[in-house]
Amino acid sequence: MTRNAIEAAGVWKEYEIGATEGLKGTQTLYDVVGDWLRAPLRRMRSLGGRERERFWALRDVGFDIREGEAVGLIGRNGAGKSTLLKILSRITAPTRGRITLHGRLASLLEVGTGFHPELTGRENIYLNGAIMGMKRREVDRKFDEIVAFAGVEKFVDTPVKRYSSGMYVRLAFAVAAHLEADILVVDEVLAVGDAAFQRKSLNKMGDVARLGRTVLFVSHNLAAIRNLCTRSLVFEHGQVAFDGGVAEGVAQYERSFAVAGSDLATAQFQGVLVDALRFETLIYRQNGEIVEIIDPALELEMELRGAALRTMPALDLKISFFRDGVHLASMFDADRNAPMREGAFVSRITVPGAVFQPGRYTIGIGAVSGVASWVWGSDVAVLDVSENRATGAERSEGLIAMPYRGERFQ
Amino acid sequence: MGQVPQHQPHPGAERVTVIEPPAGWRAVDWPELWEYRELLWVMTTRDVKVRYKQTVLGAGWAVIRPLLTMLMFTLIFGKFAKMPSDGFPYPIFVYSALLPWTFFSSAVGASAGSLVGNAPMLSKVYFPRLIIPLSSVGGALVDLLVSTGLLLLMMIWYGVGWTAQLALVLPLVVLLVLVAAGIGTMLSAVTVSYRDFSHITPFLLQIWMYVTPVVFPLSVVPARWRSLLYLNPMTGIVEGFRSAFLGKPFDFVAVASSVVWAVVLLTAAVAYFERVERRFADII
Repeated sequence: MTRNAIEAAGVWKEYEIGATEGLKGTQTLYDVVGDWLRAPLRRMRSLGGRERERFWALRDVGFDIREGEAVGLIGRNGAGKSTLLKILSRITAPTRGRITLHGRLASLLEVGTGFHPELTGRENIYLNGAIMGMKRREVDRKFDEIVAFAGVEKFVDTPVKRYSSGMYVRLAFAVAAHLEADILVVDEVLAVGDAAFQRKSLNKMGDVARLGRTVLFVSHNLAAIRNLCTRSLVFEHGQVAFDGGVAEGVAQYERSFAVAGSDLATAQFQGVLVDALRFETLIYRQNGEIVEIIDPALELEMELRGAALRTMPALDLKISFFRDGVHLASMFDADRNAPMREGAFVSRITVPGAVFQPGRYTIGIGAVSGVASWVWGSDVAVLDVSENRATGAERSEGLIAMPYRGERFQ
Repeated sequence: MGQVPQHQPHPGAERVTVIEPPAGWRAVDWPELWEYRELLWVMTTRDVKVRYKQTVLGAGWAVIRPLLTMLMFTLIFGKFAKMPSDGFPYPIFVYSALLPWTFFSSAVGASAGSLVGNAPMLSKVYFPRLIIPLSSVGGALVDLLVSTGLLLLMMIWYGVGWTAQLALVLPLVVLLVLVAAGIGTMLSAVTVSYRDFSHITPFLLQIWMYVTPVVFPLSVVPARWRSLLYLNPMTGIVEGFRSAFLGKPFDFVAVASSVVWAVVLLTAAVAYFERVERRFADII
């Protein structure tokens, strides 16, 4: 017999933009008093606050999750996944709607919450356990297991400020992963530690799911979702766009990366190939996973999907990088006038991530056929690059990060 | 300590949680708060441990701070200003009042800023938020205990005898904790929305000490002003501590006023806190 573990119906969540940005939400008394003095009437009419910009992070979200299901929540950043998890974890309240939880819910929204650097590993395990609602006896029972999982046996009585960052996150994850809960909510925490620890964490989550606990899992790591989950909920613009199998969910998610609407496409199109090609999506992948922000330490694979409306004897597709309006580079998917058959195509161009400076590049798409060349807009998409360079990058200035070696002889 | 109900993954013993939009004023979920009592304990000990880690003198600071304050006040108010002290040695007289006052001031100061100081926790994990300001109040209790021991020793030194009234310190401590918890909780919640209070609170506490009979006895206050001082919840507590330690008669009007205040403050503070609690994560 399986029953529902989570029942959500008509859940809406509204944020005030000012409030989420932190500054306006915490008004000073001066503001409040000032408002009253300036316009007491307006203040009274708009009871409860000044008129601020609002937006709905969740719009009418509803679903039932059965006991023992492992559900992957997928969607782009800002699609509402994290807001939903925050509501499920009771960190923030919904604006409308109702969620019923059957059983104890534990959330791993961010590992190491409440860790205090001055306290030892042992003290922090108890502190962290208590924050997550574990009883002292429960922690006692699992203590050795937690320490062994994190691999910090020698350092349990060392203040965690002396830990390496790897040890720190491993310990934090270990505490959270050993919680006894009926419903486990996990947000991106598997992205901690080295590859071996990530594998171990993933296995641990798999065990949890197999034990019949309900798991809600948010990750951009689609391989992990495929591995762990039996069902997927795809979020788009605060709504559940898809609810069903994992493979279909992932496909739906990938479709949501469409570069632009088709009307925009034809509007910007110039040249003789106007009726010959249609572009649908441009996806960035690193290590096989779809990414929105590029890690310069990894190779970047750009995947362009579309369709040719008729067969052309010679056509190469082109992706161009621009920064500050300067054309930096163009790359082609085929070598010198390869034939393009009518029907769907997938083009893939792979570049080293190390050439990118942190910040935003714009992407242009075009084609070359014989001597004819056209550009399908020079800013059809953007490419955001993070500061996070795992490898010690050379000092580099300019629009791109030129790979080089510097030496001096005297 | 009663038996802790262990969580059972069996269907019958399941817990049902309903998550709904906040509905204005609501009651405190006492069973839940009770269930998290260990967190209150752990957070309190965390505060205490962290306070004295990597300090050479460690918990010695709990003795040194009130001791130095006492010496300074004795010099300034006792020697130079010749403040009357109801016939007791001024050091003992002022220290017995500094005891509750120092507790009050550090407990309220710590808990007022506690929610803002623990913002990352509030936005990442759920637990009854009341635990945070309450644990700050709890953290100050250790210092109170240490400095009380010191007072008992000083009384022997100055030849002030221990009387049976000492037993009344205990209920007075309870009263003191309730008042401090009420004001600290209220200030912590208000500070989340209005950061002005992180500036107002220290200032408020400074002024508050001078309208409380800490450095002067209540008896020097003219009768028509005294009733005004009764409106201060700390008057009854500070005078009460003095009476209990020094064996002098209690001012029952002042103590009764403190009791009424404690109840009113704590009720109001908890009600307000519960009302705004669920917005904390969104605005902090």
